[in-house]
Amino acid sequence: MSLIDLANPTRFLALSARVLPWLVAATIILLAIGLYQSATAPDDYQQGATVKIMFIHVPNAWLSMFVWGVMSVASLGTLVWRHPLADVAAKAAAPIGAAFTFLALLTGSLWGRPMWGTYWEWDARLTSVLILFLMYLGLMALWRAVEDPSRAARAAAVLTLVGALNLPIIKFSVDWWNTLHQPASVMRMGGSTLDKAFLIPLLVMAVAFTLLFVTLHLAAMRNEILRRRVRSLQMMQAGRKAA
Amino acid sequence: MTALSALIRRDIKIALRVGGGALIGVLFFLTVVVLMPFALGPDLALLSRLGPAILWLGALLASLLTLDRLFMADHEDGSLDLITMSRTPLELACAAKALAHWLAAGLPLVVAAPVLGLLLNLDMAATGAVALTLLAGTPALTFTGMIGAALAVTLHRGGLLMAVLVLPLSIPVLIFGVAASQAAITGPLSFGAPFSILCALTLVSLVIGPFAAAASLKHGLD
Amino acid sequence: MNRLVPGQMQLSGRGVTCVRSGREVFSGLDFEVASGAAVAVVGRNGSGKTSLLRLIAGLLIPAGGTIVLDGGDADMTLPEQCHYLGHRDALKPALSVAENLSFWADFLGGKRFDAAASLAAVGLDHAADLPASFLSAGQRRRLSLARLLTVRRPVWLLDEPTTALDAAGQEMFGGLMRGHLAGGGMIIAATHGPLGIEARELRIGGTA
Repeated sequence: MSLIDLANPTRFLALSARVLPWLVAATIILLAIGLYQSATAPDDYQQGATVKIMFIHVPNAWLSMFVWGVMSVASLGTLVWRHPLADVAAKAAAPIGAAFTFLALLTGSLWGRPMWGTYWEWDARLTSVLILFLMYLGLMALWRAVEDPSRAARAAAVLTLVGALNLPIIKFSVDWWNTLHQPASVMRMGGSTLDKAFLIPLLVMAVAFTLLFVTLHLAAMRNEILRRRVRSLQMMQAGRKAA
Repeated sequence: MTALSALIRRDIKIALRVGGGALIGVLFFLTVVVLMPFALGPDLALLSRLGPAILWLGALLASLLTLDRLFMADHEDGSLDLITMSRTPLELACAAKALAHWLAAGLPLVVAAPVLGLLLNLDMAATGAVALTLLAGTPALTFTGMIGAALAVTLHRGGLLMAVLVLPLSIPVLIFGVAASQAAITGPLSFGAPFSILCALTLVSLVIGPFAAAASLKHGLD
Repeated sequence: MNRLVPGQMQLSGRGVTCVRSGREVFSGLDFEVASGAAVAVVGRNGSGKTSLLRLIAGLLIPAGGTIVLDGGDADMTLPEQCHYLGHRDALKPALSVAENLSFWADFLGGKRFDAAASLAAVGLDHAADLPASFLSAGQRRRLSLARLLTVRRPVWLLDEPTTALDAAGQEMFGGLMRGHLAGGGMIIAATHGPLGIEARELRIGGTA
């Protein structure tokens, strides 16, 4: 199997139909294991049971960035290699990425509630994720604003790549802005101090959520391909010679 | 009545479909509110004090932004000619278009306001007050903004010129909207007085807006 | 086709003068159109063909003269009894073909005829549920014509109606116009080419 094989949408549909059931099964099993491990993980001596939000929050936060990475590669595919499935992949990923980012924000604010006493704190990390969320929404608005998907594809690809280049700058600026205003008073979950009892469930959950993304992404790509086929069939029907 | 409800239903349908911009206003609102702390600093006490003002400014700009195309699209595709010729008085047609625009673009701003209130550390009471004043005040923004949208068609200019024309007109709404929200949060004034004036402004704009817009459209025909 | 009005109608203009942006386009124009008659307004570019149609439609205000419709519905103004088919098709690409047509039928009001039959008459019945954005220029024009059939009005004001229509479309349109005239309607069309029906010529702006 190579990229050339995948380039043909019909081949892609056939192949993904075969792979999808296995992916769904793997996702469900890993999610079940991960959730069980998370539920049975010990409480944190400082944060108590709320630490368990981490097992959902961290995978979502990781995916919020990972999906933008996937979209960036797909955008390169659109602009450089003109891969016929690249813009389908980019378009299908955007709403899923936005959903993961939203969940990261939601779980982050729920996690922050007992720490900060408010649902929202302009913490550098959360703020960066919020900006990422805005960029996802903007990208989705762009896809929606142009009716012809192949025309929207290039604009969206440029925006995605510019976003990918800008994200580190935004992250840096937000960190700088945040430390300028307040010394680090909020929680710091040092990665290295994480105990094994937390680390293993977290890794399992991260893999499970990544699989979840791959499954949803494949399904969304199939939908998008079918949607475009319906569209071109409709256009053919409209162009049919009037009686 | 059929004619007006048909017009309202059509405009809402177009706004919500692909290519329609109803929800972009909400996204703009969200973006403006998120930008504020970067300029003001993340001090939650300060943000919650400024919260109502930020939300009102954001809603004002967002509702203005989406108004630009209210009549322009109908003008460009010739629909406006047919609307002008029809039995339905142009004033009522304008009012129907503005109502549809408010339902598709203004109401989502009101719904989004409490979520954004969370970002600005507004408590329940303050959030409720801001949402209530926005609910009462955004129709006034739409109906006064409509005059600018009609002028934009007459003058064949949109965008910034319209903003410059309309923004001064919306100052009273801004004053009493923010005043009512602040009164509900901190006092010392009572909530009732500014809120009543806000409602009065909205009612006045519901009357003046359609007439002014229709007059402007009629004179701008060519 | 049903008769639109019981009696005879007459649309007449007396000394109509049109001024656009300070320039006098035409002045002292007299014309008469009776039920069942068609008038082809001809003249060079810029002679005011479109302006004349828009004056009758009430979309421009005459600088002088009067335009009256005798024998029409006394409750309605002249523009309310006119169909205006301009250069632009007054269609929303986001709505389907059927939605576009039913909106205008609802909005324009009055007696309403079967929309599906109108679509069939203009050869668009196969596309009723498709978005109007999928239509070609000729098909968009056909959809505008369906509007004239769904909502019946005695006066048709047509501005270059045959542009974008192919030969079959022009033939179909000729049939529609003949039906309209036979039903007691009247047609005023601005045109450069042949209209496809018997029409009296009204030349404005002098000879080219």
